[in-house]
Amino acid sequence: MKVQIDSKLCQGHGRCYDLAPDLFGEDDEGYATLTPLTADGNVPDGREGDTRLAAANCPESAVLVFEEAVNDRR
Amino acid sequence: MSSQTVVVVGSSVGGVRTAQALRREGHVGRIVLVGEESTEPYDKPPLSKQYLAGEWALDRLALLTPEAIAAADLELRLGVAAVRLDVAASQVVLADGAVLDYDHVVIATGAVARPSPWQAGSGVHVIRTLADVDGLRADLAAGGPVVVVGGGVIGAEAAATIRTLGHEVTVVDPLATPLARLVGPEVGRPLEELHRRRGVDTRFGVGVEGIDGSAGNLTVRLTDGAVLTAATVLVGIGAVPNDAWLADSGLLIDNGVVCDRYCRAVDSDHVWAVGDVARWQDPRYPAEVRVEHWTNAVEQGAAVAHNIVHAEDLQPYSPLEYVWSDQYDWKLQIVGHASRGGRFEVVGDLSADPAKAAVLYADDDGLLTGVVAVNWPKPLVTGRRALNAGATDFEEFVAQIRALFAKVSAPAAP
Ligand SMILES: Cc1cc2nc3c(=O)[nH]c(=O)nc-3n(C[C@H](O)[C@H](O)[C@H](O)COP(=O)(O)OP(=O)(O)OC[C@H]3O[C@@H](n4cnc5c(N)ncnc54)[C@H](O)[C@@H]3O)c2cc1C
Repeated sequence: MKVQIDSKLCQGHGRCYDLAPDLFGEDDEGYATLTPLTADGNVPDGREGDTRLAAANCPESAVLVFEEAVNDRR
Repeated sequence: MSSQTVVVVGSSVGGVRTAQALRREGHVGRIVLVGEESTEPYDKPPLSKQYLAGEWALDRLALLTPEAIAAADLELRLGVAAVRLDVAASQVVLADGAVLDYDHVVIATGAVARPSPWQAGSGVHVIRTLADVDGLRADLAAGGPVVVVGGGVIGAEAAATIRTLGHEVTVVDPLATPLARLVGPEVGRPLEELHRRRGVDTRFGVGVEGIDGSAGNLTVRLTDGAVLTAATVLVGIGAVPNDAWLADSGLLIDNGVVCDRYCRAVDSDHVWAVGDVARWQDPRYPAEVRVEHWTNAVEQGAAVAHNIVHAEDLQPYSPLEYVWSDQYDWKLQIVGHASRGGRFEVVGDLSADPAKAAVLYADDDGLLTGVVAVNWPKPLVTGRRALNAGATDFEEFVAQIRALFAKVSAPAAP
């Protein structure tokens, strides 16, 4: 699974980095960033559920999740 | 257990996110999502913002991609309303006569716009669904002045969007300032000033007596004797829960589906409610509450999904209130309680153009109760963490936010 933050869409609701603080971070103003764990755009194995949770909670759909295989459901 | 079926009724953000959360929580049986509208599940907040402005097409409002539907293995039944819930038989009856058996049912039928109490021939609109906004946009396309009745979140937002489209706009509301149910005049006055600077005629503290005429040629009579002419009128005076279809279900319905602290209907262990239609017993409050905010629908969906899948570990639902609103270049965010008439401190300048500020609120015990932020998410998320942690000393929090402001107070880049 891959993940990106669309910073044009992000409005700093802070849902992603509150729900999955090791996968998402915040800049000085409060807008979302990736973290060392996700900086290369890859979701660590076993963290697909947390990534989907963050995406589901983003009011701006700014957490972009790219599902790779349907059977990695968690 | 593995063959259990959950039927989710209502296919907007509450229902969709509940369905996805059920899968995340490990539900392995069927998940059927029933929605009255035939449009693919879409999100509501852009309806008064980018979609009304014509900036976003419908596809940008989608709540589910085909991949997400496949990943969560959802069965969608769109374009058909649920018309009856038979609690004794554990069945949902659909308008086309189909009957769905359930082990659990989640009611996520949301709310409808409170209808205009003032009848005119045509040209009087509300905003709740895609169809509502398409109808409004069709009338707006003919041009002419617009009167917006209601200065709450939806009215004020739509007024900003319609003004930005180039229409003459007048906002009328019997309350003293915009968003008065959420924030006091410390935020409402600068917000009203913003509307006036952008060319909106604001009439706060004045009510509507009647609306006559038809599209293109309406008159709006106000309680102070003024008469406004309008081509189009938008009435944004709140919402009422979509619970009429449950009238003969035997469930306790009282301004929403009445639920226990686990968001389970008080009359049945297999019926749950989320989002705008749910009135539940938040353990923090003396009586059940109903919340009409986006993040509440999502978080309540996650809570209900957890409670359905983990019946041995029921968790009470007690969220921190959060709502946002976009008006012109103001990105307004509100967390917790912005108590009116209580103590508050303003950090930054709400009257600056562009504004960048936070208003911090305290209770009588000197503890933080809420934060309103404009174009500055940092104090909002800092406040949310402090409120979640509990018992935050107000003076210390104010000092912390002032220090943050000193760090970033260079004017925001355009
Ligand atoms: C224009 C607008 C702008 C908003 N902006 C913001 C904002 O900026 N920030 C914020 O926090 N909140 C905002 N909100 C509020 C937020 O969108 C709602 O809290 C949220 O949509 C509630 O979700 P819900 O799923 O509970 O209900 P709803 O969104 O009302 O969805 C209910 C769904 O159920 C379906 N349905 C109804 N009856 C039946 C039936 N009998 N059978 C089958 N299906 C049925 C409906 O068709 C609908 O799809 C806004 C709301 C609107 C209308």
